[in-house]
Amino acid sequence: MTATKTPTTPTPARVIPEHRRPSTAARVKSAVRLVALSLLALVFISPLVFMLVTSFKTRADATSVPPSWIPKEFTLQAYEAILGSVSTPVFTWFLNSITAAVLNSIIVVITASLAAYPLARMNFRGKNIVFGAIIATLLVPPVILVIPNYLIVSELGWLNSLVAVIVPTAAGAFGVFLMRQFFLSIPVELEEAARLDGANRFTTFVRIIVPLAKPALATLALLAFLTNWNDFLWPVYVLFSPDVQTLPAGLSTLQSANAVRYDLLMAGAVIASAPVLLLFVALQRFIVEGVSQSGIKG
Amino acid sequence: MTGASPVNAGVLSKGRAPARRLRENAKATPWLFLAPYLTLFGGFVVFPAILGLWISLHRWDYTLPLKPFVGLDNYIGLFTPGSTTSSIFWQAMRATGIFTVASVPFLLAVPLAVALIMNAKFPGRNFFRAIYFAPYVLGVAVVAVLWRYLLDNNIGLVNYYLGQLGLPSDTTWLTSVPWVWVALVGVTVWWTLGFNAVIYLAALQDISPELYEAARVDGAGRWSQFVNVTLPGLRPILTFITINTFIASANMFGQSYLLTQGGPGRETRTAIYQIAETGLRNFQMGSAAAMSYILTLFLIGLSILVFWLFRERKGSSR
Repeated sequence: MTATKTPTTPTPARVIPEHRRPSTAARVKSAVRLVALSLLALVFISPLVFMLVTSFKTRADATSVPPSWIPKEFTLQAYEAILGSVSTPVFTWFLNSITAAVLNSIIVVITASLAAYPLARMNFRGKNIVFGAIIATLLVPPVILVIPNYLIVSELGWLNSLVAVIVPTAAGAFGVFLMRQFFLSIPVELEEAARLDGANRFTTFVRIIVPLAKPALATLALLAFLTNWNDFLWPVYVLFSPDVQTLPAGLSTLQSANAVRYDLLMAGAVIASAPVLLLFVALQRFIVEGVSQSGIKG
Repeated sequence: MTGASPVNAGVLSKGRAPARRLRENAKATPWLFLAPYLTLFGGFVVFPAILGLWISLHRWDYTLPLKPFVGLDNYIGLFTPGSTTSSIFWQAMRATGIFTVASVPFLLAVPLAVALIMNAKFPGRNFFRAIYFAPYVLGVAVVAVLWRYLLDNNIGLVNYYLGQLGLPSDTTWLTSVPWVWVALVGVTVWWTLGFNAVIYLAALQDISPELYEAARVDGAGRWSQFVNVTLPGLRPILTFITINTFIASANMFGQSYLLTQGGPGRETRTAIYQIAETGLRNFQMGSAAAMSYILTLFLIGLSILVFWLFRERKGSSR
C-alpha cells in the first residue's frame, strides 16, 4: 500500500462496523471483484506476454494457427536478424533512443525546475504574464507547432539529426507546472533561514530546494524520459535516414520493410518496450503518483 | 547568478523585512532563473505558433524558392466545396470526428468503472493498478505494431479466440468499415485506460467517507450514492479528464498510421495524419498550417464547450 496517497481515508466498512460486518454477501462481493479484476488483468497483460513469447519464435512458428503460448523451438533468431541488420539497425535505434531520452530528460528537469522556482517564490513584474503564457500553452494542441517547428529545425540544420528530437520537445509547459506546484508546497521558512545566513537565491535553490524536491524531480525526469522515448509523430517526419532514427520511428520502418515477419516485429517491439516496462516496474510509484498529480490542476 | 547575490545588510534586524528587501534588490534574479526555459519556450512554442500563422498566409512549398503571399487563400480553399484540399481535409476531419465521438465515451466510462472497483482496500490492489497502467507506459509504435499482429485477420490471436468462442473468426479488423473503428477504439482503450483510471482513483480517494455514510443513513442505495456523492465529488477532476481525453482523441495519429495506414481508402486518415502528410511529405506547408489552425479552433471550441457544460451543472445541481 505504499503507493496510495494518504492513509486518511479508512473504508466506510471500518468506520461503522455495526452497519456492515464482513457478511457472506460481502465475502461474495469481494470474490466477484477479485475474479473481475483478474479477468481484466489477463486482457491487459496477455498481449504483452504474447509479444515476448513470439519474439523467441521462428518465422513459421510466429504465424502458425492455432497460436502457441510456448515457442515450439526457442530461438534468438529474430533478435539476431534485426540487431545485425543494416537497413533496419535496431541496436543503433536503441542507442539513439537512450541518448535522446536521457538528454531531453536532463534538459527538461534543469530548465523546468529553474523556471518554476521564481514563479513559485519570487515577486517580480511580468510574473503573471509569463506564468499565464506558459499555462495557456498546455491547452494549445501541439499540432499547430509541427509545421513551423519543422522549418525552424531545418533552418538550424537539425533535420535528420538527433538534436531535433532532443531540444524542441523540451519546451513543453508540463514540467514547469509540475515543479511550481511542488515548490509551492515547500515551507518558505526553510529557505528564508538560509537566505538570512547570507546565501543568495541560486545557492538557496541548489542547497535547499533541490534536495527537498528530489521526489518531484525524479517524477519529472521519468515522465520526460517516457514521453521522449515513446514520441512518434515528430521523429517519423524529422528523422529520415535509418541510422539516426529512434525506436518508435524505427519500428515504423521495420514494419514497412517486414510487413508479415511478426517474429522480427515482436522482437523490435520487445526492445522498444523493455526499458520503459522495467522502469515502470522499478519506479511505479513515481510514475503513477506523477500522473495522479497531473489531474490536480483540474 | 551574477548580480543576484543579495547584500545581507539587514540580516541582523528581525524577521520578514530583510527578506523582502533582498527580493527587491535583485531585479534580474527571476529572469536569470527563467532564461534557459524561456529561450526554449520562445524558440519552439511562441515563435512557431506565430510563424505558423504567417506560413498559412502563403503558398509555402518547402522545396520551392518562392513562397508567394496569398492572403487567406489557403483558408478559403479549405472552405470551398469541391476543391481538392477541402475534400481531403474535411474527410480527415470526419475521421477525427468519428474516432473522437466513438472513443471518448469508452475512455471516460471504462476507466471510471475500473477505478470504482479498485476504490476499496483488498489484497493485490496495487498489483492490479500496475497491470492496468502498464500499457500506458508503452509508445504508440509498440502498441500499434503489437496489435496489428494480434488483429491480423488470418493468424491473429483475436480472431482465433473469437472463433473458439463460436463467434465469427474472419473479421477483417484493419481493412474494413466499421471494424477499423472498433479496432482503433479498442486498442486505444487498452493502451490508455490506466491513465484516466489512476486519476479517477486519486480523486475517489479524496471523497470523504462521511459523505457516503450520510447518504447511507438517508437510505440512499448504491446508484443514488454514485449519483449524489461520487459524481459531484469527481466533478472538478471530470472537467480535466474530459477535456484531456477529447484533445487526446482528436490528436489521434499513430494508431491509424501504423495499424490501418489511414485505410481502407481514406477512412481512418485523421486530421493530424493529413496535416503531417500535406505539410511534411508533400511540403504544402501553407495549406497544412491553415488546416492545423482550423483544427485548433475546433479543439479550443470543444474545450470551452466542455468547460461550460460542467460549470452549468455545478450551479444547478446543489
